[in-house]
Amino acid sequence: MDQIPAIARVFAYLSFLTIGGGMAAFPEMRNLVVDVHRWLTEAQLIHIYSVGQMSPGPNMMMVATIGERVSGIPGALVAALAFFVPTGILTFGVGRIWNRLASWPWRASIQRGLGPVAIGLAVAGLITFGKGAVTGWITLAVGLVVFFASLRTRINPALLILGGAAVGAVALR
Amino acid sequence: MSEAVVTTTPAVGAAKKDVSAVELFGLFLQIGITSFGGGVVAYLRNGLVRKKKWLDDTEFLELTSLSNTLPGLNATNMAILAGDRLKGTLGALLAMIGMCLPAFVFMTAAGIAYGANGDRPIVTAMLHGVAAAATGLIAATWFQIGKKTVKGFYDAFFILAAVVLINHFKLSVPVVLLSVGALAIFAYRPPSKAGAPKEDAHEWIRSLQ
Repeated sequence: MDQIPAIARVFAYLSFLTIGGGMAAFPEMRNLVVDVHRWLTEAQLIHIYSVGQMSPGPNMMMVATIGERVSGIPGALVAALAFFVPTGILTFGVGRIWNRLASWPWRASIQRGLGPVAIGLAVAGLITFGKGAVTGWITLAVGLVVFFASLRTRINPALLILGGAAVGAVALR
Repeated sequence: MSEAVVTTTPAVGAAKKDVSAVELFGLFLQIGITSFGGGVVAYLRNGLVRKKKWLDDTEFLELTSLSNTLPGLNATNMAILAGDRLKGTLGALLAMIGMCLPAFVFMTAAGIAYGANGDRPIVTAMLHGVAAAATGLIAATWFQIGKKTVKGFYDAFFILAAVVLINHFKLSVPVVLLSVGALAIFAYRPPSKAGAPKEDAHEWIRSLQ
């Protein structure tokens, strides 16, 4: 229970880094969750993040899983609220004034400029993530097959992830 | 789909269609339960634009573009923006709860299951495979976004700068966001008498739609 305030601080902070998606926040999340607070090992964080990709709704609800691991169901609730409520209020507020900003010349500049930066943050997050997830030839092969399968086919991504689980059960023990 | 984006948009926050709170909550709850495997925006478009016809394509794209620019996830930002547009503050709240509640239950249960079984070798092996698959999946998603949005040298430079500063020089994400982000916004600054930027940002935004 004594971790609850730290959970609230960490996930509220991380939520504001998710420009363009959750992956942008991954390097900071790894630092805070693994190195600073030692709530999880790196392997555990990567496992939980990956399971989040299978969840319906927002895939970053994996923050609730971290909260649950640290402080049970209250931890899950605090992590989810800290992660989704502050940015939610920001989105609500900006949504209301966005049309009034239509004639503000910097509006388009912000959208245009943040486009490539969001990609850069996601790629940086993905590199941090991939270093922990791709650890040998088998995992590299799984990653490449899923990469091309999801670009070339319309297969549900959740099925590709379950396929990864099957390969893991057989080949990675 | 250019000038019309601005001129046909009603005041945000004003509920313009007769959408009941129950129906609105139901749609977002349904999407929150069924949108397995990511790509929530596609589910939202299918529900809001195709099935219910509560928003048209132009309005939907406008909300998507705002949702991408703000911090927070697309799934929840879109729920808040669409909910607010359709039913005001109550709509935003209901849409957000409907979108998040199923995932919260699912991922909290996953935490409990992980606590009970996470150390078993078979589970670790499966999750190792899941993580490898997730890497490929996320890479594919960003590859597609990159293919659509990266136009020219400046974009490649900003992407590379962010990656090198974070992964090689170990700078924190907020520092990179404030430095590279500010530089990128300045590079695409509004045209002025002193000197025009490299390209008109409006052109790029239109090209995404």
